[in-house]
Amino acid sequence: MESAIVSGLQGLFEGVANLGAGHAIMLVIGSLLLYLGISKGYEPLLLVPIGFGAILVNIPLAGLMDNDGFLRFFYDNGVLTEVFPLLIFIGIGAMTDFQPLMENPKIILLGAAGQFGIFLTLLLALAIGFDKLDAVAVAVIGACDGPTAIYVSSKFAPHLLGAVSIAAYSYMSLVPLIQPPIMRLLTTDKERKIVMGIVKQPVSKTTKIVFPVVVTIAASILAPKGTPLIGTLMLGNLLRESGVVARLKSAAENEIANIVTLLLGLSIGATMEADKFLRGETLLVLALGLIAIGLDTAVGVLFGKLMCLMTRGKINPLIGAAGISAFPMAARVVQVEGQKYNKKSYLLMHAMSANAGGQVGSVIAAAVMLSVLKGMGIVGG
Amino acid sequence: MDTWTFGWTLALIGMGGTMLVLWCLSLVVLLLKKIFPYRPDDSASQKG
Repeated sequence: MESAIVSGLQGLFEGVANLGAGHAIMLVIGSLLLYLGISKGYEPLLLVPIGFGAILVNIPLAGLMDNDGFLRFFYDNGVLTEVFPLLIFIGIGAMTDFQPLMENPKIILLGAAGQFGIFLTLLLALAIGFDKLDAVAVAVIGACDGPTAIYVSSKFAPHLLGAVSIAAYSYMSLVPLIQPPIMRLLTTDKERKIVMGIVKQPVSKTTKIVFPVVVTIAASILAPKGTPLIGTLMLGNLLRESGVVARLKSAAENEIANIVTLLLGLSIGATMEADKFLRGETLLVLALGLIAIGLDTAVGVLFGKLMCLMTRGKINPLIGAAGISAFPMAARVVQVEGQKYNKKSYLLMHAMSANAGGQVGSVIAAAVMLSVLKGMGIVGG
Repeated sequence: MDTWTFGWTLALIGMGGTMLVLWCLSLVVLLLKKIFPYRPDDSASQKG
């Protein structure tokens, strides 16, 4: 009887006995993510489930990521198969209005320049010593687009998924702090004061319906490996613009997006086990992610300066900073900065065009990257 | 393939390719606007 009680008590306190310093640190990190999401409002839809997932997976002996663990099921079937980020893309497509982009299509080029940070960071990551595919996964944080970063890192470097996702979502919410100093540094007072004219080029309903279909076909033919990313984004947009599938549109932007966001967040949190997350590599990933978004902003603004030069001062280079995928946050940052220097300057609509270009641009950049990797024989079919 | 050949190839083709694809898309949008021009009654149907 006595030995049975002792054994029972041992079983009860086994968790406490197995609680290591790594677990404790990760429990604090998980709680910190919850704090940032709940109290600071930093991407709460993702940081709350990620933070909670990180707590769950670091409870000693709970085994949630063991072969029969419930988080392992979602991770294997939703993240490793890349289904979750793709379902999120349908929701994003259903929520996104590409009209500002269609009204002023030349601005879409800023959405390309705003992705250059990805490729520059790739070189930096390789210089630091990251493995080729790990460097790709880290660099894609510069897409400033959570689902794209998750899609690419789950494909090439699942062991970095936690760090890449945390970096992608945290920095997206920190765009209002990261971008302004870079914008000021790279522009002159005169450039920041440029007032851009109103672009009034309304778009027909037919164009808005045909746009997602044509973009899917054209972009997928040019970068076939990115078809899942482009296709799901544009499918969502077609549901929105067709106007005949209100229930599907509503499901894509509400039920599907909400359920998948919850499961995706938990699954990402579940990758943050102490022995995998508490490494110097994680800090490097976080630092490179910040650099990537800074470089995106810098190249976007520099490209804006080039467009300013070519149009003889008709384009305010500040809108180049909106060529990233953080929508509509980056466009708001541009509007606020522009207003600081010229109260008569209303850059919001132009910045929204660039920002919509950045949304398409991030997906295209990832698609191009995947196709080039396939072409070089680095990844298989 | 050595690391730097990989890095520079992916970076240069990646940046060029992204710019090229988006430039093509901007042409596609311009073409779509020419084929399906906006008519004022569109706005009424869009609101509906």
